[in-house]
Amino acid sequence: MTAHTLLQIALRSAAVGYVSLLILFPLAAIAHQSFIGGIDHFIEDISTPQASSALVLTLEAAFLTTVINAIFGTLSAIVLVRYEFPGRWFLNALVDLPFAIPTLVTGLMIAAIYGPTTILGMWLQEGNITLLYAKPGIVLAMLFVTMPFTIRSLQPVLMELEREQEEAAFSLGASSWTTFWKVTVPSVLPGLLTGVFLTFVRALGEFGSIVIVAGNIPMKTQVASVYVYGEIESYNPQGATSVSVFILLISFLVLVLLERLTRPPGERMPRWFRWSKRPLPMIHPSEIG
Amino acid sequence: MKIEVRGLTKKFGSVQAVSGVSFTVKEGELLGLLGPSGSGKTTVLRLIAGLETPTGGDIYIDGKRVNDLSVQDRNIGFVFQHYALFKHLTVFENIAFGLKIKKWKPAEIKPRVAELLNLMSLDALEHRYPHQLSGGQRQRVAIARSLAPRPSVLLLDEPFGAVDAKVRQELREWLIRLHDRLNVTSLFVTHDQEEAMEVSGRIIVFSKGKLEQIGSPAEVYEEPATEFVARFIGAMNILEGQVLNGIVKIGSLEFPAPNISDHVHLQVGFRPYYVKVAEDPRRYRQPATLRHIYFLGVAYRLEIETGEGLILRSRMNKEEFRQYRLEVGQPVSFAVTHFRFLPQEGISFPSSTSSQLFDAGPLTP
Amino acid sequence: MIRRLFIGSVWFYFALLLIGPILYLAVQSFDEGIAAFWREVTKPEALHGFMLTLEITVIVLVMNLVFGTITALVLVRQHFAGRTVLSGLIDLPFSVSPVIAGFMLILLFGPETILGTFFGTLGVKVLFAMPAMVLATLFATFPFVVRELTPLLQTIGTDTEEAARTLGANEWQVFLKVTLPMLRWGFVYGATLTVARAIGEFGAVLVVSGNILMLTQTATLHIYQSYVDFNYVGANAVALTLLAVSFAILTVLELAKAKSAATVTSAN
Repeated sequence: MTAHTLLQIALRSAAVGYVSLLILFPLAAIAHQSFIGGIDHFIEDISTPQASSALVLTLEAAFLTTVINAIFGTLSAIVLVRYEFPGRWFLNALVDLPFAIPTLVTGLMIAAIYGPTTILGMWLQEGNITLLYAKPGIVLAMLFVTMPFTIRSLQPVLMELEREQEEAAFSLGASSWTTFWKVTVPSVLPGLLTGVFLTFVRALGEFGSIVIVAGNIPMKTQVASVYVYGEIESYNPQGATSVSVFILLISFLVLVLLERLTRPPGERMPRWFRWSKRPLPMIHPSEIG
Repeated sequence: MKIEVRGLTKKFGSVQAVSGVSFTVKEGELLGLLGPSGSGKTTVLRLIAGLETPTGGDIYIDGKRVNDLSVQDRNIGFVFQHYALFKHLTVFENIAFGLKIKKWKPAEIKPRVAELLNLMSLDALEHRYPHQLSGGQRQRVAIARSLAPRPSVLLLDEPFGAVDAKVRQELREWLIRLHDRLNVTSLFVTHDQEEAMEVSGRIIVFSKGKLEQIGSPAEVYEEPATEFVARFIGAMNILEGQVLNGIVKIGSLEFPAPNISDHVHLQVGFRPYYVKVAEDPRRYRQPATLRHIYFLGVAYRLEIETGEGLILRSRMNKEEFRQYRLEVGQPVSFAVTHFRFLPQEGISFPSSTSSQLFDAGPLTP
Repeated sequence: MIRRLFIGSVWFYFALLLIGPILYLAVQSFDEGIAAFWREVTKPEALHGFMLTLEITVIVLVMNLVFGTITALVLVRQHFAGRTVLSGLIDLPFSVSPVIAGFMLILLFGPETILGTFFGTLGVKVLFAMPAMVLATLFATFPFVVRELTPLLQTIGTDTEEAARTLGANEWQVFLKVTLPMLRWGFVYGATLTVARAIGEFGAVLVVSGNILMLTQTATLHIYQSYVDFNYVGANAVALTLLAVSFAILTVLELAKAKSAATVTSAN
């Protein structure tokens, strides 16, 4: 055994050990806790009126956020890539801001401007629209924290979109419409799906901004993460575990689905089962909150 | 310093990259390792450098077994295909890197780097960064960097693979001159047969991890030791037939094969310039039809089809071509003036060596 | 026409979601004057919060740089069973809610667990103390450095390191003189993202810290406390300070992007 292989083994052990301690063990702890309760308890816990309404509200709001974000995110990405206009650089730099701003500060900002005491808030109130302590506020908070996902995962794809592919389609006699659907959309789709699915997962788990804007009225404006927090505070680890595991399971399912949908054609195995010398495809940090 | 390799073997998992290769690079020689991609030639180079550990066999540099010596201690210079320059260092710092590692004194480093900059015609570029250089310049920096610590041998991996055709030609001539001047034992890997022929004193032809032939460019070209070498180096017509009564008959072509028993399958090879073609149908014994004419710059290549449907390639110089005024589709006559049987596994030719064995004179009266 | 509509709606979207709220928070923080702002930002609880956040951020940054580099190197350069699993685990924190992350730590280090008893007998307080807060922040920020370095390591390849070895450099010299300098922009990105996230981490830290005044109350926890106590000016003032830090971080990131684009992409 050479010094080189020894060093390699040492580094590998350090990495695996560290990741285990930091990520695997905590995950194992919650899985263990969930197993102690058993499946009956799990179902019971997540179907209490308070828990189930929190879960439904979270899924609903996250879904709504995802749809709005997909539309405006796509629009923003196209505008930022394709159009030249004053302020483009400024807007482009702003996109990353939600990643840099503490989520709690996000909540404060939204509460401040859309709260009942401001001009905007009063005007909204006259129109009988309540943002704060209501579902729209939750969606707004989720929209803010997830804003960069769609834009940042679409931008590079749009930029690298090969004009040549479209031109090849034209030269083969395809109309602009056919070219758009058969060439442009398929090459952009993996990027869009990545953005959209990450948005959904991120929205599901959002806590800091929502705890401020939602008011956390049980059965009405209490989302899952806030519910979990409440259960922890009231020393009910079992209830917290079940709802947490439920949210985690949905997140993982969504990510598995994303992997399945964006897998390059011709590849059968999901990337985490593959054993190859090929570099692993990675989520780039700029896609992440 | 001479390099010697004995029974060298390398396995990557279940893949046999190099199997039992032995050869010697003589002191001061410039030897080319030639083979298609994936033939194991780069692996051999990396094994000699110590960048890979052999599965079996021994490596000697200057008579000393270096198997257990790390790459750092082998005192070799290695030039990478894609330069592998340190992007965060200037040209000067790149060349000085090995000298600093080897703890040369600054007072010695400066003149040594200056000397190499001068030798490589990089004088004005010492403060540039790699990304500010052209491909040819980068490769020269890479060579300068490997030569700076005075290595005992120089190993080059596809040194001109990443530059365009014109620069490649310049660099080739330049490497020959550099070698003439420094006389450092050098081994270089290439997949380009023309490059190997032009640059090296001797060539080793590689295929599928095995050494196929070692010899001077002329030897490898004129007397290919194996079918692979015959096919890989230059163009060659290769036909297959059975021996009957000491003759291999392929269509109407007859190749004498004395002393070989009947029914043995043989491969007959002949270079295009041994196929003589004439406009006059009675000039040579064999009739054929002209199918294609390719202009090669220095000569023409003709593709002819015999009555039995065999396609043969012929080479014709410009003067002859002009004289004949050949046109596609017209009948011609041809003859094969020289040929050789290609060595095959399982068949031993009488007194079989790599020299010309069964050269035949013109078949025409 | 469509062009105008598109650009207009994007401006509207950005104004509604980003620009408006940010500007308004700035205005609100000075609602009761600069003196009030200054008083809120410099009161002992706030200062303690800033200091604690700074401490955690520094520890987390160092840990992430060290272990992030090791993990990235192992992930890209070594091929072993379970490599893909390791890679998947690293991405995981991005999809776990901070509250759940904190809760998992509570379950792991609670007084009845193996680890909890172990540290208990050693006399080390993990939960509701610094160690758990650091762990929670590490969990949330670990992927940043790794995920910045892995693509870089892949594009750099091993040629340059091998070149250094052929020139006589030992492993340590190769790492210090070749690998690290080539990764420098990755470190800059990874570090800025880590710092931004560490400063802003709230949910996980709230759960594991116990939010004890002047003891385990970070800057974000202090904001939350002030908000819950109806001290809006105090909450907004500290929030605005953190916002300013976010802007600074973002500026560093943009500058680094511009600078690295000039040097990295054109080489080779």
